[in-house]
This record gives sequence, C-alpha cells and structure tokens, in this order.
Amino acid sequence: MNRLNLALLAMIGAMAALPLFGGPYALRLGTIAAMYAILALSWNVVGGFAGYPSFATAAFFGFGAYATGVLLGHGWPLALALITALAASFVLAGLLGAVLLRLRGHYFAIASLSLVEVLRELVNNATDLTGGGMGLNIPLAAGSGVLADATFFFYAMWALLLATALMVIAISMSKLGFGLACIRQNETAADMVGLNSTLYKSIAFGLSACFVSAAGGLYAAWVHYIDPSDVFDILYSVKPIVMALMGGLGSPFGVVCGAFVYLALEEVVWRNYIQIHSGVLGVLIVMLLLLLPHGLISLHWRMFWRRAKHA
Amino acid sequence: MLVAQVLINALVLGCLYACIAIGFSLVWGVLNVINLIHGSFIVLGSYLAWGLYQSLKIPPWYALIVAAPLFFILGYLLQRLLLNRVISAPVLVTLTLTFGLDLILNNAMIYFFKADYRKLTLNPPIGSVSLFDVVVPVDRLIATASALALTGLLYLLLRRSRVGRAIVAVRLDRDAAVLMGVDVKSIYAIAFGLGAALAGCAGVLMALIFPISPLSSSTFLGKAFVVCVLGGLGSVSGALAGGLLLALVEGVGSATIGPSHATTLSFALLIVFLILRPQGLLGRKGFE
Repeated sequence: MNRLNLALLAMIGAMAALPLFGGPYALRLGTIAAMYAILALSWNVVGGFAGYPSFATAAFFGFGAYATGVLLGHGWPLALALITALAASFVLAGLLGAVLLRLRGHYFAIASLSLVEVLRELVNNATDLTGGGMGLNIPLAAGSGVLADATFFFYAMWALLLATALMVIAISMSKLGFGLACIRQNETAADMVGLNSTLYKSIAFGLSACFVSAAGGLYAAWVHYIDPSDVFDILYSVKPIVMALMGGLGSPFGVVCGAFVYLALEEVVWRNYIQIHSGVLGVLIVMLLLLLPHGLISLHWRMFWRRAKHA
Repeated sequence: MLVAQVLINALVLGCLYACIAIGFSLVWGVLNVINLIHGSFIVLGSYLAWGLYQSLKIPPWYALIVAAPLFFILGYLLQRLLLNRVISAPVLVTLTLTFGLDLILNNAMIYFFKADYRKLTLNPPIGSVSLFDVVVPVDRLIATASALALTGLLYLLLRRSRVGRAIVAVRLDRDAAVLMGVDVKSIYAIAFGLGAALAGCAGVLMALIFPISPLSSSTFLGKAFVVCVLGGLGSVSGALAGGLLLALVEGVGSATIGPSHATTLSFALLIVFLILRPQGLLGRKGFE
C-alpha cells in the first residue's frame, strides 16, 4: 500500500471524530461530504482506472434511493434494504455494463447519460410502486432525537465511505486494477494479450455502481422524501466527475480531496449566491478545466517552497 | 384517418427534430465535441423570437434573419476563446467544459427571464388548414417549411461553397486537410458558429409552436442526441432521417401505449441503436 492510500485512510479515520466537535450542521455537512466522496471514489473506478467517461452515477444513485425507499415502505429493516439495493445494483450494472461498455468515447458517454433518462422515466411512470412524479415518502425511524438521528446517519455514511475506500484500494492493488489500467492505456492491445476486457469492465462498472446505490439508499432514508427529478438529477453524474478532475484523475486520495474541496466551495456558493449558484458552479468548472487540467494533486508543495526560496 | 393524422404530425415534428439536431450533429462530426450548450442555445433563440415579437412586432419568420448572424458570432467567439484551448483533450474534458458553459447560460436565462413558461401568441392567429379529416395548424406548417429550408441551405453550403468543402474535408481527415492548406482552427470556429446559428434558428421556429422556458433545454438536447444516433453523425440527410424516425416512433408510441411512455421509448430506441448500429441509419462506418 503506498503513501497516498495510507493518507486516504488516515483522512477518513480522522473524519470519524467529527461528532465530538460539531453540532447538527457540522454533522449534516460531514454526511454530505462522505456521500460525495463515495460518489467520486466510485466514479473513479470506471472513469479514472478504466478511462471510460461514465455519466451513469445518477442512474444508480436514483436506483438505490428508490429500491431502498420502496423496501423500507414495505417494512424492511434499513440494513437489509441497503444490502439488497447494493446487490441488485451490482448485478444490474454488471449486466448493463457488459452491453454498454462495448461502446467507446462519445457513444459510451451518451449511452450512460440516456440510462439516467430511461430510469427516471420508468420511475416516473410506475406510479403504483414509486408514487411517480408525486415522490415517495419514506417512513421515519422510531422517535429518536434530532442529534441522535444526525449522528446515526453520519456514521452510516462514514462506514459506507470507509468500505468504498477499502474497495477502491483493493482494486488498485489487485490484478483487476492492473487490467483496468491496461484497458485505459490501450484496449485493443489488452485484448490481444488475452485480457478478458469485457469481464473486467463489467466488474468495474458493477463495483462502481453498488456503493453509489447504497449511498442513494442511505440518502433516501436520511431525507425521508425523494422524487424522480431529485435523485435522478444529472448533476449527481457530473459532480463526481468535477470532483475527480479537481482532485486529480485516477488517484483515490486526490479524488476524495477533490470531493471535500468541491463541497466546501459549493457550500460557500449556496450560502451566498443562492440565485446564481449553478452559474457559479459552471464558471468553476470552466476555470478548472482551462487553468488546472490535472487537478489539485498536480500541485506539489515543493513547487511553492522552491519559489519562495528564490524570491 | 387517425393513421393519416399521426403520420402527418410525425412528418411535421420530424422536420423540426431534424432542425434541432443538425447543428449538434455538425459540431459533433467536425469538432468531435458533444456540445451540451446546444439545448440552451435553442431556448435562447426562442427568447429572441419572443422578445422581437413582443417589443417590435417582428414575426418569427423574419426573426430568423436576425438570429442567424447573432448566434453565429456567439458560437464563433465561444469556440475561438474557450473551447479551442481544450479541443485536443479527451472526451471527458470537452464534454465537461460544455456542461459548465451550459450551466452558466441556463442559469443566466433563469435569472433574467425566470423559470415561468411563456408563449409567443400570434395576433391575429393564423388558424389551421384541414384536408379531409387531417388538421394541421398553419404556424406548424410555416415552422416545418422553414426547418426544411434551413436544412436545405446547410446542405447547399456544405456541398457548393468553398468553406463548406473545407468543413467536410476537416471532418473526413483532419491531418490531410491541414496538408492541403486548410486553416483547421478557423474551420472549427466556423463549424461551431454554424452549429450555434442553426440552434438559434431552431429555437426561433420552436417559439412558434411550444411554450418557452429555460427548463426545456435538456429536452431539446435529449432529442438532438437521439436524432444524431438514429440518423448517423455529421450528414444532413442522416439528421433528416433520424428526425423523421424519432417523430414517427414517438407519434405511434403515444397513440398506442400512451404519451407518458414516449420518452422512455425514444431513449430505449437510442440504446438499441447504439449497440446494434452505432453508425446510424445512413452513416457509413469509419467516417467518425
């Protein structure tokens, strides 16, 4: 395990102490930070390791939210509902991946984007099961205090983040991670030397979907009300990409840093410029791509240090 | 008679879909960029038509003459100043950049025009024509005819003019075009400008028929995706074929299994096409 992965685990470990210091607002931010980090880390498996521009994150986020929400409505316990959503989305994504990942470049991007649209429309029209456009109310857990509730969901999301990080680190050290790197660099050559690239890509797609889906489920249980335009929001697909680009593509530590920095910026913008927040987000994306195309991780502390010495 | 009405509606709508998609297809084919601002350009065109009619009583078919050069300049500058800096970067970067630009433009429109739906209502209304039992509103006919005219104009431009031949040359083989002395950077900017101009004009025509709101930009963009994939990239005839097919599928789908499933149907068709025939109905393999 290299230094950056250790730093990642240390950072996540340090996060666990948050409830000791902060009130409900800090817990809410911490929960969202963990959720964003899960989305970004998961996207990184397909987008960073294998190099496929996937826009399907929102599809699996919404899928998990609805699967968990519907199961909770039928009286299932939360843990069981989450595990079911996780397993179902792994299978679904693996099967879809076997078909969709034959496409490359723009075509894959568009197919994964339209996956979000298809799932959203299906959920919108299945009014009997999901409530359609009216949304889905999710029963409240039996009465515990606001703070206890916030702490519970923070730790649940945090545990999920830890699991995601361990999964991503395990992938990067395993044969699967090596195979995905081969696919990113030259897929035809990887095929030629006998790598089963369809299988590898499908597994990667499945792994990148399942934790996103569980995060969606936790989100649904946390906010108690979901509707299709909320959880199938295409921004859930784009934000992880921006976070990954911000932190540095392919590096799990960089990606999680990107997620935290992104959340901090988003929170500041939301608080101060609610009317133009998506425009500000757009400006941020454009500046990031034009000025810092390799992400925060490409900035070395030594760079500043040296400059300071010469000055 | 219902069948005839469905077919006529599909024909009318199909030409408009082709008009929406053709600029998108041009940019994708020539620059190899998926231009996510396209939908917002269309909506901006609709607002232009609405504004001109409200303030100066200029009917939308004349507004086309104003919209085309304005949007061409906007697109040209956007490509020259921003997009050109990352044009050789991977798909992910160009796609995300246009997404960011789209967020800015869309947010600006929501800020200035609010998210309310507006409608350009012609006064006096121009009615509809009916032949046997088939009824078609005249404003739709005008929009369809204009859409066809625009499509034809682009076809002529690409076929006959010097710039048009250069655009096609860059699309077929960029490196060879450079060797023949084509200034690729300016061709990129011109193609992007043309794409924007077509989007603006499509928006003007849309204003004749549909209510205007910044929120409909993603719907337009979705239609453009589907039409491009169905018809095949970068060719005028492909966009026309894709537009007609999409309108036909939506029309027949709405009439048989209900309008709420029309979008699902069109996207399912998109995924089937992507897997089985990624080059589209009229596309040729190898000309990506």
